[in-house]
Amino acid sequence: MTLLKIDRMQTSIGQYKVLHDVSLDVPEGGVFVLLGRNGAGKTSTLRSIMGLWQPSPGSVMFRGQDITGMHTSDIARLGIAFVPENMGVFGGLTVAENMVLATAKGKFNTERLRRIYELFPALERFWNKQAWSLSGGQKQMLSVARAIIEPRELILIDEPTKGLAPAIVDAMADAFRDIAQHTTILLVEQNFEFAKSLGRDMAVIEDGRVVHHGTMSGFAADTDLQSRLLGLSA
Amino acid sequence: MENLTKITEKLGGVMLLPLALAAVAFLLIGAPSSWLTLTVAGLSMGMMIFLMASGLSLVFGLMDVLNFGHSAFVSFGAFVAASVLAALSGWLGAPSILLNAAALALAIMAAIGFGLFAGYFFERVIIKPVYKDHLRQILITMGALIVAEQMILAIWGGAPITVPRPAFLEGTLLVGDASIDIYRVFAFFVGAVTYGLLYLLLNRSRIGLLIRAGVENREMVEALGFRIDRLFIGVFMLGSALAAMGGAMWAGYETLISPALGGEMMIIVFIVVIIGGLGSIRGTLLGAIMVGLVGNYVGFLAPKMALASNMILMMAILMWRPSGLAPAVK
Repeated sequence: MTLLKIDRMQTSIGQYKVLHDVSLDVPEGGVFVLLGRNGAGKTSTLRSIMGLWQPSPGSVMFRGQDITGMHTSDIARLGIAFVPENMGVFGGLTVAENMVLATAKGKFNTERLRRIYELFPALERFWNKQAWSLSGGQKQMLSVARAIIEPRELILIDEPTKGLAPAIVDAMADAFRDIAQHTTILLVEQNFEFAKSLGRDMAVIEDGRVVHHGTMSGFAADTDLQSRLLGLSA
Repeated sequence: MENLTKITEKLGGVMLLPLALAAVAFLLIGAPSSWLTLTVAGLSMGMMIFLMASGLSLVFGLMDVLNFGHSAFVSFGAFVAASVLAALSGWLGAPSILLNAAALALAIMAAIGFGLFAGYFFERVIIKPVYKDHLRQILITMGALIVAEQMILAIWGGAPITVPRPAFLEGTLLVGDASIDIYRVFAFFVGAVTYGLLYLLLNRSRIGLLIRAGVENREMVEALGFRIDRLFIGVFMLGSALAAMGGAMWAGYETLISPALGGEMMIIVFIVVIIGGLGSIRGTLLGAIMVGLVGNYVGFLAPKMALASNMILMMAILMWRPSGLAPAVK
């Protein structure tokens, strides 16, 4: 069943058009990976889904409901979480305060919190530390943890492995596998090996257009396609 | 050296600056009674400036709005309070402290009420169309300031007006050889209590958490499901009410106010917000106390330097800490 359906979405920032024609069908469950070179329009796609930039024309349907033009906060309340590329962690707030803000009513579900501690033990250790003092990897963990402290239907994650040490990337992959058992993840990623290990379905975006849409296993097997679309050498 | 830094950080870090300043001034002034009078004057002046500046700091820090019209709320607060006090002059002179205090409380509440109402109107009509555009913000808020100042002239006239004080705040306290104005002590406590309440609001409530998060990253607050525009109105109203309250307290301090009051305070308020660090209430308090103390000490030690002292203080602090003493965002 399709969870998120984007139809011929175009987005402009001022007079510059950043998305020309983006159509995607993100099925429910698992990890859907959006690949593409730098500046292709991956982040713009996520921001347009989230309502941070307004697409026009085109439509974004979530569970059959048209969310195009809706306010970001209303989109978030439908159960869509956003983990931005810069992580969006509030540095002046403690880890605990960052997490509290992500809860619906200011109270933690102990079961979920325990699960987060298991996935990211560092967060429990630094619970009362100010978030600016965390390392890059820990900030990324906090950003992802905020997205899963409440039950969500879809999590948009933008380049979570950028600049992280290999050991943390592995931990992140394990966490995403765990999260994807209950929630759908739309993952934007440059690290193809990481994306390959997680993704079930995928699309490639180039110059603001979706140029390929298919399964990850099919794409992973086709080295010519990888080389043509992503510039990867066989 | 590293140990020294650690110890000072533990003791309060930059918050120790006013103490250090007071200690240096004590050595330079020599006479303890003069030092005490000046210190109390500096602290109370600092607290009143804090009231005026805290709103601007929040509005600037959270909403990224340069509101040059902020001083209009200070002026209006002063004049509204003065009018209420004049209307209740019978209560002010009454021997009952209760009646005295009631008149004063009503005057301050009238100023706060005006600030809340005018703040709502100002945000909806003037600020809302110019979010994210600093140049237009400067132009339109300066325009609004001119309109507001003319309104004050139209309502209260151009001549300075006298502000009656309640009888129980008149007079001085004698501490040793030093004489301390009772109103100054009162102003200090009003500022300190307001700071305490603001601190609780910002650090112990969910709204406060949202405000602090919004100062750092508005988009992320919205992506977590909150309407930051509604928060903006609330913060703007709060900021305007604080400015009006500061104006009301200042009117009682000066006892003679003119329509130029807001404009005169504005430069100091901007200096305080800049040296304190944008969006930080703790920084604003620190900046305001420093400005209050430096103004009084320098006015005594080197009167010719008094006008320049705030600018020199700002330059020195910005050279040391370019984002201000205690910025909200590290």
